[in-house]
Order: sequence, then C-alpha cells, then structure tokens
Amino acid sequence: MKKGRYGDYGGQFVPETLMCALEELEHAYGQFRKDHTSMDTLNRYLTDYAGRPTKLTYCENLSEMLKCNVFLKREDLLHGGAHKINNTLGQALLAKFMGKKRLIAETGAGQHGVATAIAGAVLGIPVDVYMGEVDIERQKLNVFRMELLGARVIPVRTGTRTLKDAINEAFRDWVTNVESTYYLIGSVVGPHPYPRIVRDFQSVIGSETREQIKKVSGRLPDVILACVGGGSNAIGMFYPFLNDKVRLIGVEAGGKGLETGEHGATLCVGSQGVLHGAMSYVLQDDYGQIMNTHSISAGLDYPGVGPEHSMLKDIGRVEYFAVTDHEVLEAFHLLSRKEGIIPALESAHAIAQVVKMADKFDKDDIVVINLSGRGDKDVGEVAQLGDSI
Amino acid sequence: MTRITDTFQHLKSPAFIAFLVAGDPDLETSIQLAKHVIRAGVDILEIGMPFSDPVADGPTIQKANERALKSGMTPDILFDIVHELRKDTDIPIVLLTYYNIVFKRGIEKFYRHARDAGIDGILIVDMPYEESKDVVEIARTVGLNQIFLVSITTSTKRLKKIVSLASGFLYLISTTGVTGVRQELEHSVFELIHSVRKQSNLPLSIGFGISKPEHIKPLISEGANGVIVGSAIVHLIEQHLDNKKIMIDEVSRYISTMKKATGLLKDIKG
Ligand SMILES: Cc1ncc(COP(=O)(O)O)c(C=O)c1O
Repeated sequence: MKKGRYGDYGGQFVPETLMCALEELEHAYGQFRKDHTSMDTLNRYLTDYAGRPTKLTYCENLSEMLKCNVFLKREDLLHGGAHKINNTLGQALLAKFMGKKRLIAETGAGQHGVATAIAGAVLGIPVDVYMGEVDIERQKLNVFRMELLGARVIPVRTGTRTLKDAINEAFRDWVTNVESTYYLIGSVVGPHPYPRIVRDFQSVIGSETREQIKKVSGRLPDVILACVGGGSNAIGMFYPFLNDKVRLIGVEAGGKGLETGEHGATLCVGSQGVLHGAMSYVLQDDYGQIMNTHSISAGLDYPGVGPEHSMLKDIGRVEYFAVTDHEVLEAFHLLSRKEGIIPALESAHAIAQVVKMADKFDKDDIVVINLSGRGDKDVGEVAQLGDSI
Repeated sequence: MTRITDTFQHLKSPAFIAFLVAGDPDLETSIQLAKHVIRAGVDILEIGMPFSDPVADGPTIQKANERALKSGMTPDILFDIVHELRKDTDIPIVLLTYYNIVFKRGIEKFYRHARDAGIDGILIVDMPYEESKDVVEIARTVGLNQIFLVSITTSTKRLKKIVSLASGFLYLISTTGVTGVRQELEHSVFELIHSVRKQSNLPLSIGFGISKPEHIKPLISEGANGVIVGSAIVHLIEQHLDNKKIMIDEVSRYISTMKKATGLLKDIKG
C-alpha cells in the first residue's frame, strides 16, 4: 500500500512547497511518539488539565424511553467543552517538540479554534485561527472565547465563508510561513500524516470507553454511534473497536434533507474526489467543483470527510446515516430535558440517529453514543431558531 | 517533439509566459483576452481551469476563479476555447489545474480531450511526484508534457525524482507562498535556479510574484529560460472590469512591455 493510504483514499495532494513540511512533520511525529518525556507530558496535560478520563454515563431516562441501554461517552466534560482538546494538546506539544513558533488552525463551530487557543495559551505559543464569516456570525460566543484566550481570529471572506474556506486560508498561510508555522488541523482530514496523527490523539476516546463499558457491563457494546464532520471524534471512538463484533454507526449532517441538496452528508451521497490534500469522499458537481453544504451545526458543515472513513464505508465496516436539522433540534431538546445534558448540535446528530432507529434495538442491547461536545455554544443559535425549523 | 520543447529550443531570447484564467472575467472577453495576449507576443500561454478551492492561489487569482466559475466555465468550454485559439496560433498552450477536475473526468479521458483541443502540457498544482505515477504515464501515452513545480523548499532528493518525471520545462516557484504580485523577488530564487540547473537540462521557467520588467533581468542573467507572469495580468483584468476595451488594451500593452524586457536582455548579453 502506498504511503498514507487507506485503500484508495488519503495520500498527499498538496502543492510542492508543502511537501518538505509534510516530510518534516512525519519524521518529527515518529520521534515524538517514541519520546517518553513528550508522551508523559501529554498524558499529564490530558489528565490534570483537560480532565481525562471522561465519564461513561448510563442514561436511565433515555434508556427507559428508547428501550435499550444507552450510555454517553462524556467528551462534553472536557476542558473547552469538546473532544477537540485531545488533539490540540497533542499537536501543540508536537509543534513545540519541532521548535515551531506559531500555531495556525481553522475552525467551523469554533470548538477546534477554542481548543487550539487553549493549548497555545497554556504552552505559550501564539495562535491564529481562520474562521469563515458565516461561522463567526453563528458562533459568536466561541469567537469571544478565542480572543479571551489570546488567539487572533482571522475572518475568511472567500468562497462559502465556512469551514471549507477557512481550511483553504490556513493552507495558504502555511504555504507562506512554512518554516516557522505549525498547521494544527482539527480533524482526521488533510494530507498524510494528519489523518493518522489526529486519529492517534483521538483514539483515547475509544480506548477508555472499552475499559469502562467492560467494567460496568462485563462486555463490549452492541452499537456505537458518533457524529461525523471531518470524522475525528468518530474515528477516535471507533478505532479501538474496529476488530470487534460491534456495530459502528457514523451520523452525518442531513441539513434540510438529502433530497434538497442542502446538507453535509458527504459519505451518504458524495463521491470519490480530492479536497484539502487527500483523496476521500467529497460533495462535488459533475465537473469536480466542490459544492456548498448546509448544516444547523457549523462543525458538520463540510463537503469532505476523512480518508479512513471513506475506506471504512467502502468495506462496509462502518455504516453512515444522515439526520436532518429538524431531527437534530428535537434530539437537542430531548437530551437536555431527559438527562439534564445540553449537547453540542454536532453531537445531537448521533442522539437523533439513536432515537430514529431505537425500535431496532433489543432491551438488553448496549448502545454507546459519543457525546463529542456540550451545547453552551449553541444555545443562542437554538433560541433564535425557535420553532422555525 | 512537442511544441513546448521545440519552442524552448528555437527561441532566441528567454520565453515570456502569460497566465490567464479561462472564463475570466466572462467567456467572451476571456477568448478576446487570450487572442490579444498571443498577438502581443507571448511565447507560451498558460490557461488556468478555475477551481472552487484554489489553495495555492492568492486573492487576485482566487477572485478570477470565482468570476470564471460564475461565468459557467467547465473543462469542455476550456477545451473549446483552446480549439478556437489553435486556428490562429502555434504557440505552446499549457493547462494549469487542480487535481480534482482531472480526477473527476478520469485522467485518461481528460488528457485525451486536452490533447485533441490543442493543449501541449498539463500542470496539476496539487500533485507532487509521489502521487503522479498515473498522470505521468498517461501524459506520455497521450503525448502531453507533464509539467512539475519545484519550490525553494524542495530537497535535493525530491528534486532528483521530480526531474526524472518532468518534461517540457520545470516550473520554479520563486518564493514560499501563494500566487500574487510581489514588489521584490527573494534572493533564494537565484540559488534555486543554480541548484536545479545542476540536476537538469530541462528549460527552467520562474513564476509566482513576477510583475515588473526589472524582475526579469536578474532571473535571466542567472540562467532562467522563461518567466511566467500571472497575477499581474489578472490584476489588470480586475482593475478594468467595467470597461472591456480598456482591459484588453492595458493587458496587451503590459504584455508587450514585459516581452520586450525578456528580448532586450538577450540583446544586451549576446
Ligand atoms: C462538538 C463537536 N463534535 C463534532 C465535531 C465535528 O468534527 P469531527 O467530525 O472531526 O469530530 C465538531 C467540530 O467542530 C464539534 O465541535
């Protein structure tokens, strides 16, 4: 198999100027993993600072309602409010290890931007975050948080002015400042070795879940679900279970409905293509132009997806579904009222899918949902939407 | 022998290469611009296929891509334009594109369509040599030159691989960063020319940031075989969106001036 490939997917489709940086990154990452001091430092930050391990919560009310055993993996309890910090602490330490003087990141929902700003602040590295104007508008709270944390938020006014264009701008910055700057990518996307690096840092989610569920139930779960934007929380949860008899389900942004064309359901209805340095499923037109997406959640509003998910779909190991904005809002309210947990709109996609397919589960089934983030950032948006969806 | 190789062999002075985005600012004007650019004396024309996500391009060419896509540009229309230009010209035409456009159609089909339209070489901006096995093979079979980028960040090890796959000419990127006009060229570009020259006999064309006649002279004295100007031309288009006639006149005049800069130098030197 070629370097950095997942079946046909992955690879390094970037301009020549960045190739030296990817080679440097791959080499440094290999060293970093082998360096005990670095690994100890990372583990210390993850436990004492970010709050790992996160709880696995049994949801009594939801279980009763859905007639199966529902557990939530509580990534929402992490510092910063989402799984993103697993990755940003890892990569920021790697950047330091490499002697880089500046971090850049893209952000959609703002969660990755916030998590990068946090890592930059605590590790003493300046942070610039690219964010589409549309997302700045709908995730104002996170913009303010990033600025409070000392990061600079750079508005992106090109293209669709969302996550996709923020990534484009981050790449352009990186090409320009390639010697001094570390591009801290926020999901399992981009050219090799990024999908691998981000998966490694996020796999702690699945590893912990494995131990925890065995402890409380004496066995592995029957079904595990996670929402999929770029796919980092999902792959982090799924990866340690890939060789087990566990049904794995990724949930994409169905937006206004797959038939309307206004969605972000890349794996459900996309096709093979190249975006942001990797071969993967993408949403594109007949000529290979990348299409506009729509989702109620900025973090899933993306026309690409990780290469490894693309392969896992093709070989049938993971199933991918989409739920609509409307279903997501209902799930958002449901979890808030039933369990006292306000989920991120992204994570509410996974909840919505469980609600949708609950009649397929047995009462003894163990269903684990990765609650990738908390919903504080979304309450303004949800309040504004009211009953309009 | 392709038109590209032939041109570099027979040119008396270094090649002046102009870049336009197909369909910018609109389909009709774009064809007119290309014709005038050729008439104004460019040695090689580079045509860019617009892409929704041009990560290697700065704001000027990004906006040109947006204008071109809005005007309905597709590979088929681009091939039609080249076909039309071929009626009056024999200069080499190189297609610049991002990989997804090629991949979506199928490499072989895309390359055949390009060749049949009269295109001589293809440069895929986001395709390093590691990923290029298929395209290089197909380019050879179909009879097109596969053009590769070389950057100041390219290591000697990579350079050797690139040189072994490239044909037509090598496109040397004068600076780190995206496309766009720059006031000064960085000194590192001269070292780049020297180090690539040690590895390859292919013609070396320098691009990214070149906008003034003064930029051209030192490049040529250091051994460049061609200079590529893109953003500066696209910028003129952008400045005259409200008057197509002035736009075309200004672009033509600019091309003549720049072309003269490559020619004069040769005279001085030779
Ligand atoms: C809470 C939360 N979950 C999920 C995502 C989607 O990213 P990924 O698919 O990489 O986990 C985001 C992205 O911003 C997020 O903030």
